[in-house]
Amino acid sequence: MIYLQLFLSFIKVGMFSIGGGYAAMPLIQSEVVSGHGWLTMNEFTDLITIAEMTPGPIAVNSATFVGIRIAGVFGAVAATFGCIFPSCIIVSLLAFIYYKYKSVSTLQSILASLRPAVVALIAGAGISLLRTVALGDRGMGLENVNWVGICLFACAFVVLRKWKWNPILVMALCGVANLGIHVISGKV
Amino acid sequence: MGQNSKTKTLWQLFLSTLYISSFTFGGGFVIITFMKRKFVDEMHWIDEEEMLDLAALAQSSPGAIAVNAAILVGWRVAGFAGMVTAVLGTILPPMLILSVISFFYQAFATNRYVALALKGMQAGVVAVILDVVWGLGGKVVKERSLFLCIIMAAAFAATVIFKVNVILIILLAAAVGVIRALWGRKKS
Repeated sequence: MIYLQLFLSFIKVGMFSIGGGYAAMPLIQSEVVSGHGWLTMNEFTDLITIAEMTPGPIAVNSATFVGIRIAGVFGAVAATFGCIFPSCIIVSLLAFIYYKYKSVSTLQSILASLRPAVVALIAGAGISLLRTVALGDRGMGLENVNWVGICLFACAFVVLRKWKWNPILVMALCGVANLGIHVISGKV
Repeated sequence: MGQNSKTKTLWQLFLSTLYISSFTFGGGFVIITFMKRKFVDEMHWIDEEEMLDLAALAQSSPGAIAVNAAILVGWRVAGFAGMVTAVLGTILPPMLILSVISFFYQAFATNRYVALALKGMQAGVVAVILDVVWGLGGKVVKERSLFLCIIMAAAFAATVIFKVNVILIILLAAAVGVIRALWGRKKS
């Protein structure tokens, strides 16, 4: 039953992505790419790119995208409800506790230990995305290396780090640059 | 609260969350700023200090920060019905946008020019992610806590080198956090 599988997979994503933003990314990768093979690594990288360019949480974006591609509109609904279901229960419980005791400090001290692990997991997912950009879905080997992609990555990283450019602008420029370089060099 | 004014409140809540969710790029932290502006400064539904606590709760809970914040604000403003309303308002825009995109993705991604632009944008998104990781990791290192650095290094090795399951790594880090919180309480 594909709807149930989607629902359960995204429950795991919703339940274990702690710290927001990119924290969901390694979990989505583990469920959707390595776990069920619903997307290839290249499609997953496209998905993260699209999620970055559109409003809304990565987890909700991914649930809708994967759900529709695997099982149509109802698949999207099943996956999206899966990913928000744990939040609805856990956050409601925490809200209840908060209004009773008015303190969030214990929670935050637990979170403090969790944060470095989450950073490491995001780094791990980032590195596998970088590998996809550098090599595509093909295997290792010098002839497969996408040098243009690596250069674009390096330039983008520098302007983001040094000059704090707007991320969406940087991504758009990378897209235009890649297209331009291939058109000019006659590889299209 | 009369039936009429309750319906009006829910409707306002739905429109506000719908609006906020449609126009906030850049994830959870940004959306919290928008919610503060709307619900604290404009509507006066929540006071500022409470909003800060709710923001901390939303960030400490599993799941997308935007959804968590919507759950908390919804409960606060109009109970269970408010929670459901705020969550729907928050997830509908990304669901609609991503549905449209995923219907066109196949046709889109097989177009040569679009594929090249996407490929370039992939390089950009990896730079964005690793830039965020660099910032977050730097913050962890700056805390000058050997404990936190060990967690980060161990989690990184576990995910990148040993390919340990992501959920297991999170559970272990959370367990370490709980033990540490209990330990700290005992000492003081």
